[in-house]
Amino acid sequence: MLLPANSEIPSGIPTDPQFDSDQQFERVLGNLLITGVAVAALVVLAGAITYLIRHGAGRPDYKVFRGEPASFRTVNGILRSATEWSGRGLIQLGLLLLIATPVARVALSFLVFVRQRDRLYCACTLTVLAVLLFSLIGHHF
Amino acid sequence: MLTIPEFTALVWLGAGLAGFLGALTGLGGGVVIVPLLTLVFGADLHYAMGASLVSVIATSSGAAAAYVKEGYSNIRVGMFLEIATTAGALFGAFLVARVSTRAIGVVFGVVLLLSAYLASRPRKPAAAPVSAPGPAKSRLRLHSSFPTPQGQRAYDVRRVPLGFSLMFVAGTLSGLLGIGSGAFKVLAMDRAMRIPFKVSTTTSNFMIGVTAAASAGVYLSRGYIDPGLAMPVMLGVLPGSLLGTRVLVKTHPDRLRVVFGLVVAALAVEMIFNALTGKL
Repeated sequence: MLLPANSEIPSGIPTDPQFDSDQQFERVLGNLLITGVAVAALVVLAGAITYLIRHGAGRPDYKVFRGEPASFRTVNGILRSATEWSGRGLIQLGLLLLIATPVARVALSFLVFVRQRDRLYCACTLTVLAVLLFSLIGHHF
Repeated sequence: MLTIPEFTALVWLGAGLAGFLGALTGLGGGVVIVPLLTLVFGADLHYAMGASLVSVIATSSGAAAAYVKEGYSNIRVGMFLEIATTAGALFGAFLVARVSTRAIGVVFGVVLLLSAYLASRPRKPAAAPVSAPGPAKSRLRLHSSFPTPQGQRAYDVRRVPLGFSLMFVAGTLSGLLGIGSGAFKVLAMDRAMRIPFKVSTTTSNFMIGVTAAASAGVYLSRGYIDPGLAMPVMLGVLPGSLLGTRVLVKTHPDRLRVVFGLVVAALAVEMIFNALTGKL
């Protein structure tokens, strides 16, 4: 079904008062994602340079899975090794920022749904946010 | 044997190419990163999945630069279905530790074959009948409209329970394999829920990042995300996929998609073979 440009949405569909603000909503969320991924990439790059300078003569070994030490596995450990300017710690911090970017997108969506007084979607967003936070910090419990 | 800088440079180049081809063919980068790292660079499957999952989040968030101005994505559909994909992703990520590497390898190969098939099919624009807005389902308010050259075009959403269930499966695959499973998300929205193709692909892109973030926390705490391996993968896939999206706007790479589909199918067969012979 095609509607001419600039026409009103016909009465068959419930009119959508937030249509314009939904487009703004999308733009704000998109900008958040771009900023998050750019910051994350810069932190990873800083860590990469440090790591490559310090481990220039080392040999990579990923053949057997050993898992990462706690300093690269937990939020606290990553923050500590990043503040000590460890190359790999900085990379993990960048990756943590990257993982946090979609989480921030969901959190911001929640605020917008609150402003729109959209209870149903507030509940949806909170559910998604709970799953994401459980994944990030659930192993502490 | 390679030194760390040489290894990093090669992985970076390989990931860049994977990201470029993944974006250009619509297959996504993650699905080829894991075979690249395991089969070519000899990495353990868990490290490969960790690096791939991270690159999936980067691709999804970075693509916002290309998608955000178009106004195609449906935030409500995305948010509603993300309940299913994130729950599935969490379930899939927990399964990784319970299932043998061999089994994961076989599932990965099968998913790879399916993705290759889905990606190499020629794409018929707007082949599926786009459903007209109906009166019901107003409670979820999933219906919306998207811009066309002829003005706003309205659409409604069908078979919500089926789509929701398929999304749980897509999320589980994402968490179990460290991929974005974008092809399955698009399939669920486009085919099952009859959402217009352009809206499905754009909305799926945003859902991929949130879904991957739901398993990334578990991956991180289990030690699957290694900084030395994930770094060149992320820094390679990101510019590669951004470039691929740019080129895609100007070309319709049907032939390339078939070629890439065949490459992926070959990787899938090798993956299954290695998994069954215990070499993965």
